[in-house]
Amino acid sequence: MTAIASVLFYILLRGAGQLRWEIFVRSPSPLKGEYGILPGLINTLYIILLTLLAAAPVGIGAAVYLSEYARPGKLTRLVEFTVGTLAGIPSVVYGLFGAVFFGETLRLGYSILTGSLTLSLMVLPIIIRSGQDTLEAVPAALRESALGCGATQWQMLRTVVLPCAKRGLAASVLLAVGRITGESAALLFTAGAASNLPRNWLTHPLSSGASLTVQMYLGISNGRYIDEAFGIALVLAGILTALYFLTGALTAERRDRGEDSL
Amino acid sequence: MSGHLTADHFNLWYSTDRGGTHALRDISLDIPPKQLLALIGPSGCGKSSFLRSLNRMNERTPGVKHTGSILLDGADIYAPGTDLPFLRKRVGMVFQKPTPFPMSIYDNIAYGPRLQGVRSRQELDGIVEASLRAAALWGEVSSRLKKPASGLSGGQQQRLCIARALAVGPEVLLMDEPTSALDPLSTGKIEELMGELKTRYTVVAVTHNMGQARRISDRTAFFLDGELIECGKTKELFCMPGDRRTEYYITGQHREK
Amino acid sequence: MMHKSSSLSAKRYRLSDSLMYWLFTFCGISAVASVLGIAGYLIWAGIPAIREIGLTHFLFGTSWRPTGPEPSFGILPMILSSLTGTALSISIALPLGVLTAVFMLESPPPVCQILRPLVELMAGIPSVIYGMVGSFLLVPAVGRLENLLFRGNKSHIFTGGANLLSASVILAVMILPTIIHTSELSLGAVPQELREASVALGATEPETMFHTVIPAALQGILSGAVLGIGRAMGEAMAVMMVSGNAVNLPLPFNSVRLLAGGIATEMSYSEGLHRKALFSVGLILFVLLLLVGLLPEMFLKPKGGGKHI
Repeated sequence: MTAIASVLFYILLRGAGQLRWEIFVRSPSPLKGEYGILPGLINTLYIILLTLLAAAPVGIGAAVYLSEYARPGKLTRLVEFTVGTLAGIPSVVYGLFGAVFFGETLRLGYSILTGSLTLSLMVLPIIIRSGQDTLEAVPAALRESALGCGATQWQMLRTVVLPCAKRGLAASVLLAVGRITGESAALLFTAGAASNLPRNWLTHPLSSGASLTVQMYLGISNGRYIDEAFGIALVLAGILTALYFLTGALTAERRDRGEDSL
Repeated sequence: MSGHLTADHFNLWYSTDRGGTHALRDISLDIPPKQLLALIGPSGCGKSSFLRSLNRMNERTPGVKHTGSILLDGADIYAPGTDLPFLRKRVGMVFQKPTPFPMSIYDNIAYGPRLQGVRSRQELDGIVEASLRAAALWGEVSSRLKKPASGLSGGQQQRLCIARALAVGPEVLLMDEPTSALDPLSTGKIEELMGELKTRYTVVAVTHNMGQARRISDRTAFFLDGELIECGKTKELFCMPGDRRTEYYITGQHREK
Repeated sequence: MMHKSSSLSAKRYRLSDSLMYWLFTFCGISAVASVLGIAGYLIWAGIPAIREIGLTHFLFGTSWRPTGPEPSFGILPMILSSLTGTALSISIALPLGVLTAVFMLESPPPVCQILRPLVELMAGIPSVIYGMVGSFLLVPAVGRLENLLFRGNKSHIFTGGANLLSASVILAVMILPTIIHTSELSLGAVPQELREASVALGATEPETMFHTVIPAALQGILSGAVLGIGRAMGEAMAVMMVSGNAVNLPLPFNSVRLLAGGIATEMSYSEGLHRKALFSVGLILFVLLLLVGLLPEMFLKPKGGGKHI
């Protein structure tokens, strides 16, 4: 417990001094002797958006398919086992895969797009699993009531199951956002290390770009921006805390409603 | 269109990884229209399975198989190409626990009609009022139709669910232990309501409560271990059971094996 | 009431319904295909190098010189380091985690309400941050300890604190939140009646805790431990920053390279057979994790007692 507290405290201590407003609007420039995290922030946002764009619809769709349409049987269980196993694969292995498959085979090189595609594969199992949990928590009696009123499968889903599950589904997407924000190993070798402001907002995903976490790692590993890295750590901790409480608020209200509706 | 159900040599199996259970054995049963049939029997005897077979809700359980047929006004509901939503519109269902949808009272009742494509405000208003009146709930909720249904008491929620089932215009109403989650006062109201409903609908109700079966039903069917032991007029069945096992059960001498 | 007359068999064709069915089926199939695709790819990409090197040499060879003039690819030291590091970290984190969970359950609600979010937050902190803090706080401390222990020892190669011990401690801190969280859940799920029954028999509170409550929650605690082991084994960045990264046999004060960290270290400069070999390392890691995932099913066959988390 003290160990955990000391980690937090240490970050706070070393990072707090770094949090001047300039770093949020500047890019790092050894020439000018300046440091900033604006490109990192922008890259992180790009990566989150692109990853979710690829993974969230498919992941939620797959969760709906697995929990609502697929007939339970050996095949479904095999799929669920595979999804579970893939959720436990280390991110560095995803990075290896992404770098070779998207980066080399598909010739996307070191780019934000490569990184996002890699991460979307990584968070897919997470979204599927927690999405499935959420959907399965919708009481069977509620579904059967809808069917009993003459609803078709899709009408039941649209009018009863999805409204009941939407907060939980949003929470599973937020869970994925948290993973993406904190990810480094899978991005280091796919999205690259550049910290430039986008020149063209549309083609920016095709260029190399380090997320905040990667920028922080690089700052430490080349030893040039150690204190600044602690500043980034504090920013990241802030973002993740916000995400945590947002997720908590979403699921807590869902729990209340769930109790009400029974 | 009178809501006449007939089961003809109906068998039902649940299969799991470890083998199957023969849940219903060769059930043949005539359910005359506009009467209340009570299904009684110990837990696991198949009465709920039978009820859920009447609107094919049993199919949601994985690994379920059947033989034989169930006829609704002469048409086999298990015939290929049967439109399930339409069948369930004709054979409504009320569950053990009240299951109001997380929406307003009005939207709960209008749920079924809207699915059928009723959009006109006037028509919906009419259906909502008629259904709530038929479920003896109109007086209690007419002033707060837009409030969430979850704010109602347990008994009111159950009557809401009955009204919701009535709103789609069923001919048959299936009720799976509709009062077992309610207090005695609410139970009394629901029982009274069931007595009224049977004059307009065919009602089939599962109950664990012998007194309830005796009070409200016209006919009673006793199930044991997946078999239909006997079925007859309620008065006769309770006064002069034709089978030992029925007698043991209704007099409380039944032993779990 | 409304009535629409139409016969039962007249199936009303609902476009939206079948459209949505195919949409969701498509999502399901494509997600599953990509998930299976990766699994397949990892296996497919991992095998050639093992073939070329030879399975026994790869698994049991003790020297890893992928870039030398006569390259050799033996990953035994990395496997052993990974196993030892994981074992060490879990043996630190498990007792600590369970005790913390007990403390949280026994302490008054306000304390619990502060600690619980803190623990859950710590679980989400990026591994690089752990690595950072570890390399600035932990490594120097372990270095001093090392100097103290091996003073005057000629044969010891000094690591300055970047060694197996540091890696294990960092891993322990990283998996602690997971273990605390699952332990707390499963301890909390033990029915109050069980405790009361034990206390009513004359057991003291601690006796009840250790002889009744913890055994009853064992299954949940162990599944948390398995989650922790999985996380520790797959962790790359934090370990890379504190382990010294030299391929050595796993002694507490040796610099070591673990499987996952090894992949991360070498990915940027690997080529040819070396790169293929990294995929094989990934495959071995995958197999190890699979085995770890199957552990609870092997040991906890009877599914009675305790809540499954």
